[in-house]
Amino acid sequence: MTNTTSMSKNSALSNNSARGVADGAEASKASSHFNRKGLVQMALLGLLLLLPVAAYFSGQIYYVNLASRITIIAMAAVGLNLAIGYGGMVSFGHAAYFGLGGYVAGISAYHAFDFTPFMTWPFSVPGSDNLLVVWLVAAVLCALLALAIGAISLRTTGVYFIMITLAFAQMIYYFANSWPTYGGEDGLPIYIRNTLPLVDSSNALTYFLICFTGLVLAMAITSRLMKSRFGAALTMACLNDVRLATAGINPYPIRLVAFVISAAITGLAGALYADLNGFVSPAMLSWHFSGELMVIVILGGVGRLYGPLAGAVLFVMMETLLGGFTQYWQLFLGLVLLGVVLFAKHGVMGWLAGRERNE
Amino acid sequence: MSVTLLIEQLLNGVQLGTMLFLMASGLTLVFGVMGLINLAHGSFYMVGAYATAAVTASTGSFLIGLSAGIAAAALAGALVELIVIRRLYHRPHLDQVLATFALILIFSEGTRWIFGSSPLLLSPPSWLTGFVTLPGDTRYPIYRLMLIGVGIAISIALYLLISRTRLGMRIRAGESDREMIGALGVNISKLYTLVFALGAGLAGLAGALVGALQSVQVGMGEPVLILAFVVIVIGGIGSIKGALFGALLVGIVDTLGRVYLPIFFRAFMPPSEATGVGAALAAMLIYILMAVILAFKPKGLFSAHD
Amino acid sequence: MSDVVLSLQKLYKRFGALQATDDVSLELRAGEIHALIGPNGAGKSTLIGQIAGNIRPDEGSVYLAGCEITGMSIAQRARLGLGRSFQVSSLAEPLSVMRNVMMGVQALQSHSFRFWKPVARDRQLLDPAYAALERMQLSHRAWTPMYELSHGERRQVEVACALALKPRALLLDEPMAGLGPEGSAKLTELLEALKLEVPILLIEHDMEAVFRLADRISVLVSGSVIAHGDSQAIRQDPRVREAYLGDSDA
Repeated sequence: MTNTTSMSKNSALSNNSARGVADGAEASKASSHFNRKGLVQMALLGLLLLLPVAAYFSGQIYYVNLASRITIIAMAAVGLNLAIGYGGMVSFGHAAYFGLGGYVAGISAYHAFDFTPFMTWPFSVPGSDNLLVVWLVAAVLCALLALAIGAISLRTTGVYFIMITLAFAQMIYYFANSWPTYGGEDGLPIYIRNTLPLVDSSNALTYFLICFTGLVLAMAITSRLMKSRFGAALTMACLNDVRLATAGINPYPIRLVAFVISAAITGLAGALYADLNGFVSPAMLSWHFSGELMVIVILGGVGRLYGPLAGAVLFVMMETLLGGFTQYWQLFLGLVLLGVVLFAKHGVMGWLAGRERNE
Repeated sequence: MSVTLLIEQLLNGVQLGTMLFLMASGLTLVFGVMGLINLAHGSFYMVGAYATAAVTASTGSFLIGLSAGIAAAALAGALVELIVIRRLYHRPHLDQVLATFALILIFSEGTRWIFGSSPLLLSPPSWLTGFVTLPGDTRYPIYRLMLIGVGIAISIALYLLISRTRLGMRIRAGESDREMIGALGVNISKLYTLVFALGAGLAGLAGALVGALQSVQVGMGEPVLILAFVVIVIGGIGSIKGALFGALLVGIVDTLGRVYLPIFFRAFMPPSEATGVGAALAAMLIYILMAVILAFKPKGLFSAHD
Repeated sequence: MSDVVLSLQKLYKRFGALQATDDVSLELRAGEIHALIGPNGAGKSTLIGQIAGNIRPDEGSVYLAGCEITGMSIAQRARLGLGRSFQVSSLAEPLSVMRNVMMGVQALQSHSFRFWKPVARDRQLLDPAYAALERMQLSHRAWTPMYELSHGERRQVEVACALALKPRALLLDEPMAGLGPEGSAKLTELLEALKLEVPILLIEHDMEAVFRLADRISVLVSGSVIAHGDSQAIRQDPRVREAYLGDSDA
């Protein structure tokens, strides 16, 4: 009895997010909708690529960095969207992975800068200022952290899952806050941006292009993943996990793996973010950021491939425009968000590109 | 003097626990009866503290201020329920999280707008300052002792309310079967508003009482809210008994951990390092406790919902 | 008896004061439809739960094709060849019929941690799923989203989903529920054709269908099997008449 009730609670939880999931295999049914949707998507991605290039060549570095910021936050949201939108797992703790990724970049740079080893026992690990190393370590560590957190959290469903992911992220936050070696609550500066072989990562446009590539790859991976057998199983786990189990597939490992992939993507975005800002602090781990990521996913349209991008554009725009106009801009963000949740459930992409089929 | 320290820290732990209970009981009631996850519960804590600070400052009476704080929080709760929350009962938890997250932003920034960014001053009334000497020569602040007393009194009152009164009967009916109380002819929407306002009032009381101990500032409710989440996850969502047990457990473990872990590590580490390691581990202690409990009981210790 | 496919041995399950399953032993043999009937509250759902795997019995064991499955998860049982349908249709509504049916095929073929090849063009998945749909005469609806299907068609999809598992035994929980006489007749016909291939444990309220389809019938009242036999014997059994007349307004 216990089993069934908890399972059905979970599917009630994911009903909302599941709507967007449906477009996977029904590609053959694509209607005239496709044109508008495709156009909006192309425009979104095209503008995101072209505007910073234009800004760079007219000397407006500020806007190039703003675009990098949008891109990175969108990438973090792409990761979260895989958990919430496609997997029905409402994680309220994705800041943990974003922040961990950021700290990997920060700590690695700190040791590389100082020529001190990160650890000496049981074997010596030096710092590195190579972005490829940083990214690899960030992705692997975030995946491991998500494996541990997910293994416990996914034993529960519904509200428990939300609160537990939040609590674990908070645990990491307080840990970073009170661990003095890497700056504690003051955070850790990255004096020189980590480097890549062959290209100059300290150039604003180059760094934007790196971030943009990361975002496009994350979206491509998500899209491909959701069309695969794994994606089919995850979709079913989200829509109706009893059905999935009855079909012979245990939902738990499917969800866990999706959760881990989602965390790794968000963690990579975190590493990019730390190098963009030259700074990492516990704020990247805070539950406010977890909340904002969720807001971005929802604003954009949950379970839609381009939703996180649309949401990030909207969020950062609001932050920049409203933030320039009043220091209380989050009040307006709150009102907008409340309006979207209560009245406009399909997000910006739903409004711009039309609803997903089957809603 | 280690016995004195232990007694003192135990009392601090119980005091933190009772305040957590005031927060957690409202959260868990709202979830148990309405099935709603409310992130904005910390905002009522903050509203209670701000209203108490403002009214105490203008009237000079802490008690009047405190009553105003409770009333303001309960009123804010009732209004929020009427305007926003009741649209969310049948929504997925994701919507509830987002809408109540939006409420936090609105409350926090709204408060900052009205009262400014610097903390307000609120101190305990003079008749509650000073110390009492407890057995074992422990000197303990009267005000903190009073907080423990208030916490115990509220726990008993809440127990009586739920087990002995008509309202309590309806709350219990609502917890076990939401359709049923509708069938019994109970006006559900009024009951929901009442329960929500009650929870908000308790949060406001906690905020006001703790505000006099720490400081009254924007965002003060958020760390407490997350601790309260840990409490109800440990205790079992929907269970008042679980909330009480969880609150005391979290309060005591957290307080003792912060004091004793650094001392413990000093036994075999250089002091500066021990303080860092101890503090970092102490900050994680209750979350580790939560993880361990969940590993064995995924639905918490006293789950009301299976 | 070597042709026993599914066997329940001395199952007990208690919820608080309620003895929901009380010493139930049942057998499902190759080639038969075995119907399980009983008034509301007789403990049918609890018993199905123990067979399907979402409820653990307090005592007793369940065997599928000679293999004990009592402690297995729902998914493990399914992969071993236990197909089931639900009383309340539980398919993924926004997805196409095909996507629902394909899940079982996917589970049988290998693990689902395959991240690259799109399922939409995967003949290894599509062909067996088509075959299962064809068995239920529904292949023309393969790419229709579930929510566009009629109630009767959904019932057929439920069975097709179970068939996709190449099951050794089918557990059908009130497949006729909510069907009109026409839909009921059609499903009866389809099930009848199916039974030689897969034995069916049929839990059903529709007595007409039960008496027409079932080779053997067991009657469950207050958690225990009070009668057992072919439809003729059950019709005439005084205890059955009493249980039904006492409990239902029929």
